[in-house]
Amino acid sequence: MLLLTKTMPIKSYLVHPHKGKYDELLTELSSISFCEVIQSENKEIAVLITDTNSDQEDKNMQIRINSIKSLKMLSLVSGFETHQ
Amino acid sequence: MIKKISSRRDFLKKMAATAAMTAAATLFPGIIFAEEQLRGIKSSGNLKWTKAPCRFCGVGCGILVGTENGKAVAVKGDPNSSVNKGLCCVKGYHQTICIDAKDRLTKALVKKNGVYVETPMAEALDIVASKMKETIEKYGKDSVAMYTSGQSTIPEGYVASKFMKGAIGTNNLDCNARLCMASAVTGFLTSFGADEPMGCYEDIDHADVFITWGNNMAEMHPVLFSRMLDQRLKRGVKIIDFATRTTRSSMASDKSILFHPQTDLAVANAIAYEIINNGWVNKDFVKEYCNFNKGLTNIGYGTEDKFKFKDKATKISFEEYKAFLNDYTPEKVSKISGVSVKDIKYMANFYGDPNKKVVSYWCMGMNQHTRGTWINNLVYNIHLLTGKISQPGNGPFSLTGQPSACGTAREVGTFTHKLPHGVVMNEKHREHAAKIWKVPVENIPSKPTYHATEMWRAVDRGDIKFIWTQVTNPLVSLPKVGRYTDGAKKEGRFIVVSDVFPTPTSDVADVILPAAWHIEKNGLYGNSERRTQHWSKMVEPPGEAMADAWQTIEVARRMGFEELFPYSKENHEEEIYNEYRLHHKGKKHNMAPLEVLKSQSGALWPYVDGKETKWRYNAKYDPACDNGKDFHFYGKKDGKAIIWQRPYEPAAESPDNEYPFWLNTGRVIEHWHTGSMTRRIPVLHQAMPHAYVELHPDDAKKYGISNGQKVKVISRRGTTILPASINERGLPTKGQVFVPFFDENMMINDVTLDAFCPISKEPDYKKCAVKIEKV
Repeated sequence: MLLLTKTMPIKSYLVHPHKGKYDELLTELSSISFCEVIQSENKEIAVLITDTNSDQEDKNMQIRINSIKSLKMLSLVSGFETHQ
Repeated sequence: MIKKISSRRDFLKKMAATAAMTAAATLFPGIIFAEEQLRGIKSSGNLKWTKAPCRFCGVGCGILVGTENGKAVAVKGDPNSSVNKGLCCVKGYHQTICIDAKDRLTKALVKKNGVYVETPMAEALDIVASKMKETIEKYGKDSVAMYTSGQSTIPEGYVASKFMKGAIGTNNLDCNARLCMASAVTGFLTSFGADEPMGCYEDIDHADVFITWGNNMAEMHPVLFSRMLDQRLKRGVKIIDFATRTTRSSMASDKSILFHPQTDLAVANAIAYEIINNGWVNKDFVKEYCNFNKGLTNIGYGTEDKFKFKDKATKISFEEYKAFLNDYTPEKVSKISGVSVKDIKYMANFYGDPNKKVVSYWCMGMNQHTRGTWINNLVYNIHLLTGKISQPGNGPFSLTGQPSACGTAREVGTFTHKLPHGVVMNEKHREHAAKIWKVPVENIPSKPTYHATEMWRAVDRGDIKFIWTQVTNPLVSLPKVGRYTDGAKKEGRFIVVSDVFPTPTSDVADVILPAAWHIEKNGLYGNSERRTQHWSKMVEPPGEAMADAWQTIEVARRMGFEELFPYSKENHEEEIYNEYRLHHKGKKHNMAPLEVLKSQSGALWPYVDGKETKWRYNAKYDPACDNGKDFHFYGKKDGKAIIWQRPYEPAAESPDNEYPFWLNTGRVIEHWHTGSMTRRIPVLHQAMPHAYVELHPDDAKKYGISNGQKVKVISRRGTTILPASINERGLPTKGQVFVPFFDENMMINDVTLDAFCPISKEPDYKKCAVKIEKV
């Protein structure tokens, strides 16, 4: 019997803000469920960790992240597909 | 950061975060994620925060360790520490995770009929003491040795010195700081007559220009590098990376200047030439505070057993020194160093400009050098000629590799020639030590015996029959290590290893003693800037693991030296520190009282009348200056520092037709030295799971090697096989390969050469000749 398991992705990104928008970007990202933000001291870049319950949830979240105006660039660094 | 990984999912999140932070460090070398340490830490509950210096590098960052129910559960940077101001690097955050490693040594192991047998600690200590005693009785006291560490605490180093030199009466004590800092010591002693930097980290807040000499600070001293980058953002300071290989530091610096291996000697002289010939000499300073000396030349490389060398200083005039430098015009030096005339003049200009404050930083690039003492002297020359020394933002600064290379190895003196105050060769120094130790002065021999490399050669030859190592892993870290591993395995050798984890060194031991880790004992460390820091025991060591100092005391007592080691088990570290302070009493090296060190994140020595000394030899800051002038280099009898005439001489082994590549070895940000701790921290191990060999893309193309392909690195000593790394972490110049040494499974020290600086006896891990083969 084939067991269908649910994928629960964990991903990490580097997020780059538009000039002068670092704090604004962090506030926006922190307000999104499943997102954890790690600030850097140089305020030029931050690490974003996402931990979602399904691929669909992950996709929805990415759409929301990409709609943030203070976000200049989102670079995926690592991804782990875990199963329930 | 959260230390405890409660589930696989938590672990994966940690991995993901570490991967991203590592990637960020490539884009912004030295980048710090201070929030990471706070995130997820419980804000309430029973978490208790205790201060300590970091376990790892010589920067000596202050950390706060969170404990709960007898377990260390979190680490964060200490915002009250002036060293790191709350910052921490990736190793620092994760450090306490290693103590829970599954293969932690918790019981003594004694080899019986070729098999390790768990043995009660008391019985194992009996065996060590009786074997040591028996060896001395049979072969004499110079047949036994201790080999300790720049990671030993001050009390651990102190009792080792007292035990070997004061009680047994042999100078057979040396340490792994010989492998990283000895050239800095001899550099300081020959130029200033006193060891350790005159400045402090606060120089970063005042300097206009930083010139790093063969020093990848972004990976090796990331918190200090981050502070320099911060100053660049705030004040526009310049960072110039002068190195033999392009690293993360080069990429983040304002300018990267590459030189051919060993030719830093010539370039330093060319800078001095420019300073003199452009009229940039601070004549008043030089006249008032400097002498000129020359030493012997063609001094050898120490590759033969029982090599002996003693330098001979001869006074010279400024005019003679100036004439000597005519061989080092930028034009001549450019030809041998590969550095353009323009770049030599560019660096000289900063040093020569009276309106620019300059700090020179270095670490292993200058110290692990067959002319390590000389290159240290030559950088001091530049600062002395221009008077840019012992002032806020102006000075030469040798950074240390290990957390207490200064505090323990150099200040306590766990080198064969050293005493806690002074050297064994000096009768008054011996008398001083003997009085405090309460031993007859005749107990302390007046001649040094074996430095690190020669000590392990003596084990191989059989001159040393018993050796006890503490807090170090020499059978990964020694150069040309194959010889010393084979030597340690020979019949008739008795090897005792005290460590927290099994290592290739403990693999050859007859007795393995389980040691307490950092926060499982009280301790004191001394960092690069003369800062002594105290910490209190936070958690219990597992099983029968025991603090190294107490192991030494237990063995000493079993050998009949009870009266010399009257300390209490509960409080021995404090009692030892209070005794140790007596050695350094006086304005030149007074150590801060324990109560001060307990109440704050360390204090800089000399600590006089309740104040630390930030800039030594400057009368404005240093109470030991008593010549009535602005500066007083009181390490020398006449109060004057020495500008040394030192030539360029080639490396011990250079590439040739058969072995056409330079081999350079070093470290990576994720791992601490031989990896025995950091490779047991899953996030760090996963981030950098194995060593590699960096190749220049043109060399890789010529040999048909692509990224990840296995490459055999071969020297006249040995071989190792590693995956290729092309255009990844670092970029060696054409004709050079680089290999990190943290990986015991890809042992690059089988390949390296045990040549050393004849003055400091520090090996050169940065230069030997190899060939490569695609596997």
